[in-house]
Amino acid sequence: MQTRREMMRRSAAVAALLGGAGVLPAQAQTAWNKGAFEAKGVEGVLKALGVAKPVESQDIVFTAPDIAENGAVVPIAVSTALPGVRRIAFLVEKNPTTLAGVFEFSDAVETGVGTRIKMGETSNVLAVAILGDGKVLYAQKEVKVTLGGCGG
Amino acid sequence: MSDPMRIRAQVQGSGAIVRVLMSHEMETGLRKDAAGKTIPAWHITEVTAALNGKTVLSAQWGTAIAKNPFTQFTVKGAKAGDKITISWVDNHGDKRTDEATIA
Amino acid sequence: MRAIVLLGALVAAAGPAPAQTSTADGIAQYRALLADGNPAELWEAKGEALWKQPRGPKSASLEACDLGKGPGVVKGAFVELPRWFADTQRVQDLESRLLSCMQALQGFDAAAIAATPFGKGEQVNIEALVAYVSAASRGLRFNLPQSRAEERQMYEVGKRVFHFRAGPYDFACVSCHGEAGKRIRLQDLPNLTINPGDGVGFAAWPAYRVSSGELWGMQRRLNDCYRQQRFPYPGYASDATIALGVYMGVQAKGAQSSAPSIKR
Repeated sequence: MQTRREMMRRSAAVAALLGGAGVLPAQAQTAWNKGAFEAKGVEGVLKALGVAKPVESQDIVFTAPDIAENGAVVPIAVSTALPGVRRIAFLVEKNPTTLAGVFEFSDAVETGVGTRIKMGETSNVLAVAILGDGKVLYAQKEVKVTLGGCGG
Repeated sequence: MSDPMRIRAQVQGSGAIVRVLMSHEMETGLRKDAAGKTIPAWHITEVTAALNGKTVLSAQWGTAIAKNPFTQFTVKGAKAGDKITISWVDNHGDKRTDEATIA
Repeated sequence: MRAIVLLGALVAAAGPAPAQTSTADGIAQYRALLADGNPAELWEAKGEALWKQPRGPKSASLEACDLGKGPGVVKGAFVELPRWFADTQRVQDLESRLLSCMQALQGFDAAAIAATPFGKGEQVNIEALVAYVSAASRGLRFNLPQSRAEERQMYEVGKRVFHFRAGPYDFACVSCHGEAGKRIRLQDLPNLTINPGDGVGFAAWPAYRVSSGELWGMQRRLNDCYRQQRFPYPGYASDATIALGVYMGVQAKGAQSSAPSIKR
């Protein structure tokens, strides 16, 4: 009987199959955005991403805890019903490097994602949505970060 | 050779919720070891998710994505038996691809 | 789906917060958000593979290992440990019993593994094995046997070890874990002299610790408690640590295990 681990293993053949299949979103074919990932501060990241100044929007639903027991793992999620959102970037204002990640959405997925980030200290966390027409919207939340005590 | 990802994909309505747990150190490059030497950055840089071989979601990650990252998203127009494939590449050039069937 | 329900609840609550939102509520919300997708699952999967894989000088798997409910029976074993074993004539906890099986069935040197630092060598595999074994009892209620004199004796020894004040701070386990309502910074300290509740205290370990991204078994948790009290380190899987497990496990009778859980 196969273990879960064996069932999860797949040969390089699967990876090869992926290579030519389907239409790849533009981002998957571009190099890792070093400039954006090394920028400090929200302004620096937005400039490196080449996007306009964002407008705060209630249509970007951003969820994050009020307080993170440990900054090593902070669960965040974003979702939006707005059509035309191509990419969403997560920014942690006070992190040594502000940009945590950028997600690119095709029409085959709901525009939303949950992930976990690292935060160095209490900071505003932003979800910046970049629309196909160039519009940029955002939502933000302050997440308090504490180290926590000795216990379990 | 990295440990396998744990991918759970469950039908919900006309789509499927996909939850992925990856095994990766996601080293920031800011930590120092016991000898005071900086541990170099080692992290996933790109992630792609495909439904039946067609990429549906992709991402670029930096060092601020947590260790052993957990990601959740919802694919539209998916049914039980469809295949979800998740791939990642890291800054060492290591890669990993794992697959799961939507239940 | 639970995660969506949680996200929905958070969105609903995302209006202007009351001036004094309870910090404990905040921490509870944070922990709830992490409950789905516990990285411990990566260790569980690895542990299942290790259990079934022929390894060691004898090239044998652990599938014949008796964890207390018969050879190879994994489900339900965790919530009855520590317990007495006829083949070793000892009361043993999970880590101790894994060492016995790894030696007897696979030919590993148990003493060498016990002397290996946490996070190195075979200790890494033990992390995976304790995650796998405890996961198989998730949701089950602790019911340690106390039918044998040896088990009852270990309970009494554990009770004394738990209350024994020593070290430069004159601490005992009971100093932090002997009363309700105690806290170190933001972590509530469960009272381990009683059943502290489902998935709390003894019922929450092994656990994935987000602060270090490591899976800690009960032996490592106890080792760190000793360090925090500035005690000398206990022997790995020593009688003193097993006795503590018997005491806490019996006190936690009826509590649901959530192991492996997720912790700060």
